[in-house]
Amino acid sequence: MLRFFLGRLAVLIPTFLGVSIIAFSFIRLLPGDPVALLSGERVMSPERHAEIMHQLGFDRPLPIQYLDYIGGVLTGDFGTSIVTKRPILDQFFSLFPATLELSFCAIVIAVVIGIPAGIFAAMKRGSFFDQSVMGVALVGYSMPIFWWGLLLIILFAGILQWTPVSGRISLMYFFPPVTGFMLIDSLLSGQSGAFKSAVSHLILPSIVLSTIPLAVIARQTRSAMLEVLGEDYVRTARAKGLSTFRVIGIHSLRNAMIPVITTIGLQVGVLMAGAILTETIFSWPGIGKWMVDSVFRRDYAVIQGGLLLIAGIIMVVNLVVDLLYGLINPRIRY
Amino acid sequence: MTKKLTIAAALLAATVMGGAANAKTFVYCSEGSPEGFDPGMYTAGTTFDAAAHTVYNRLLEFKPGTTETEPGLAESWEISDDGLEYTFKLRQGVKFQTTEFFTPSRDLNADDVVFSFDRQLNTNNPWNQYVAGASWEYANGMGFPTLIKSVEKVDDSTVKVTLNQPEAPFLANLAMPFMSIVSKEYADKLEAEGKKEQMNQMPVGTGPFAFVAYQQDAVIRYKANPDYWGGKQKIDDLVFAITTDAAVRYQKLKAGECHLMPFPNAADVEAMKADPNLKVMEQEGLNIAYLAYNTTQAPFDKVEVRKALNMAINKKAIVDAVFQGAATEAKNPIPPTMWSYNDAIQDDAYDPDAAKKMLEDAGVKDLSMKVWAMPVSRPYMLNARRAAELIQSDFAKIGVKVEVVSYEWAEYLDRSKAKDRDGAVILGWTGDNGDPDNFLHTLLGCDAVGGNNRAQWCNEEFNDLVVKAKATTDQAERTKLYEQAQEVFKREAPWATLDHSLSVVPMRKEVEGFHQSPLGDFAFEGVDLVE
Repeated sequence: MLRFFLGRLAVLIPTFLGVSIIAFSFIRLLPGDPVALLSGERVMSPERHAEIMHQLGFDRPLPIQYLDYIGGVLTGDFGTSIVTKRPILDQFFSLFPATLELSFCAIVIAVVIGIPAGIFAAMKRGSFFDQSVMGVALVGYSMPIFWWGLLLIILFAGILQWTPVSGRISLMYFFPPVTGFMLIDSLLSGQSGAFKSAVSHLILPSIVLSTIPLAVIARQTRSAMLEVLGEDYVRTARAKGLSTFRVIGIHSLRNAMIPVITTIGLQVGVLMAGAILTETIFSWPGIGKWMVDSVFRRDYAVIQGGLLLIAGIIMVVNLVVDLLYGLINPRIRY
Repeated sequence: MTKKLTIAAALLAATVMGGAANAKTFVYCSEGSPEGFDPGMYTAGTTFDAAAHTVYNRLLEFKPGTTETEPGLAESWEISDDGLEYTFKLRQGVKFQTTEFFTPSRDLNADDVVFSFDRQLNTNNPWNQYVAGASWEYANGMGFPTLIKSVEKVDDSTVKVTLNQPEAPFLANLAMPFMSIVSKEYADKLEAEGKKEQMNQMPVGTGPFAFVAYQQDAVIRYKANPDYWGGKQKIDDLVFAITTDAAVRYQKLKAGECHLMPFPNAADVEAMKADPNLKVMEQEGLNIAYLAYNTTQAPFDKVEVRKALNMAINKKAIVDAVFQGAATEAKNPIPPTMWSYNDAIQDDAYDPDAAKKMLEDAGVKDLSMKVWAMPVSRPYMLNARRAAELIQSDFAKIGVKVEVVSYEWAEYLDRSKAKDRDGAVILGWTGDNGDPDNFLHTLLGCDAVGGNNRAQWCNEEFNDLVVKAKATTDQAERTKLYEQAQEVFKREAPWATLDHSLSVVPMRKEVEGFHQSPLGDFAFEGVDLVE
């Protein structure tokens, strides 16, 4: 186990370096530089442009810039945003809890609804229920998130007025962030109604962000269950006269869960990608929106730092998922 | 009576926020996050709305809703006869805001003003590079480092600015957000504590609203400044709820989650006007969208060719298709709301047949050209691709083949500057300070060739007029010069002038006292919520 863990860690380091090179070079391959964008339609003289490029160190050879950058990263310095002039790490940690909270709620919704839906669909294979679930899942998987989010806003916030339109909490509540997680902070604030407001603001964006993972998890659960239900040991279990609950819940589910857990782990990347659109439409102050703005502003430090941090998180989550296999399937030993 | 009013105010506040707050809170659904809170370092309107118009004041201010200047922190000023020395008398008793993070010990004085200039102009000032990459782009763009010779404190309430050459728009420039006056005392305190970067995160100024807190990309909070020299505000709290998507902003406005929003989708405006809970303000924006030919490249170096193409463009169709009517056709390079606009000028009438003949007479056959379409939506041109396609079909009618090209935005701005650029470029401009110089000289002067002058057009007659006007202080005299310059422009046709867009501001009907700014600012001094 320890050997496996260390082995995986050893792979993480070159992966991380690879990501850093890609993040660093790709953004610089895009046409347009951040300095020219500082002045917009107002043209900057070539001398002035060169002067600022020099100030920011962008006139040095790329390999030197990269080494300088990676040296900083290793000492915990991810650089400073050219736009806000604030350190990347500060900004990341003030925004990341919002993304994490939203992603967590989304994955909980996806798992809580997706797995049972997949199981029932598999049990009633070919039934109307099965076909409806799979049809809805296909639609959910293909849904353009931006359109879907706006549709929910117009219906539930605009016409029915059941939920607020956007944001993390009603503007009447104002307290300094403690953990950065609004659900927790609103409880800690002791202001009555704050928690309820935070929950009501989470509902729509969580649903939107959970849509694709939910569809994927439901489909994966169904096909994994179908496979397992056809196995000999399931037939034996049934023949022994075990209750349906034991057959499905104990014998089948545990084996069917292995590919499902892999899928859930892989959804972390999907969530990060989905967060970009979801956060933009719901004015959710997380890292997705931050990264998008930075791409448009060619804010190199933010893009490369943000990408590295997100990639790091995804790698760690995948490692944790791998370790979880052992707990679920005793046959897997590292 | 007083009691009744108080109850009404409390009820109003409660309905607005759906809660128990007794304060009158005005919520503005802003379109983006400010880059920072030190206006000197930035050029974006979003940043100026959040930092400059709330927290800070300038020596001169634009009168709300106009481009005329009025005394701000400077109560009065004198200009020497040679137009080189400006002596400003500062307003007395102006207090900087008291906040949780700073308590001022003195009123505004000449040190603050000198410091506010010096940190932008003097590269040796310890505040010139107080954060990495501070570049003071506006001060540089307006030529301040070469224009201003010195800024001196005469006494505590008098500041003298000496210029290297006379510059008529100088006073208007001082009213621009980048010239906000910051507190020297606050700067000294931050420097002593080793927290200089806080200047860009937690601002202290003399303006109508004091900064309270900013949650990145989400909410900015201000409270009314009780010591404001212009009087206490009618609202207690001002909140910017950052909402980047225009459709979502509209939903928030409808739901009462905010009181006012900028930049609605053109398609939503009719529904907004029909909504009994909303009202919509409209005003001609201080902007121009144009198609700039490259006047140094054949056949566009010929006036007749440019004229013929201009006559072939159906501007009305562009205004209708791109703006759904929320724009006016442009005939001059400056907008109609700007002083010196020459309304006597006749536009080249839309006449494809005459255009075709003119082109033939000029000996141009089988012309094919590029039209550049901006990849982004700007207030003066919401959809350049659509406009370019319309121009493409207009030109096809006179036998000119058009290829529409586009580049990524930064690349577009950069490539379109090139003197040997191929094709005509769609671009535009929004005025900074309400001065015609800011359009005519900045965009069409000879020294802007290879830069802002996308037509690469250097016409001696035109250039002499605008350069002379810039150095003249008498406005009547300047008006005459600019009117003549516009005649030259129309005769020579370096651009096809396309449109001046309307700026549309929807708000809840209880909003009172908001002045729509022709400069495109969103400033909330004096707003109120009245049921």
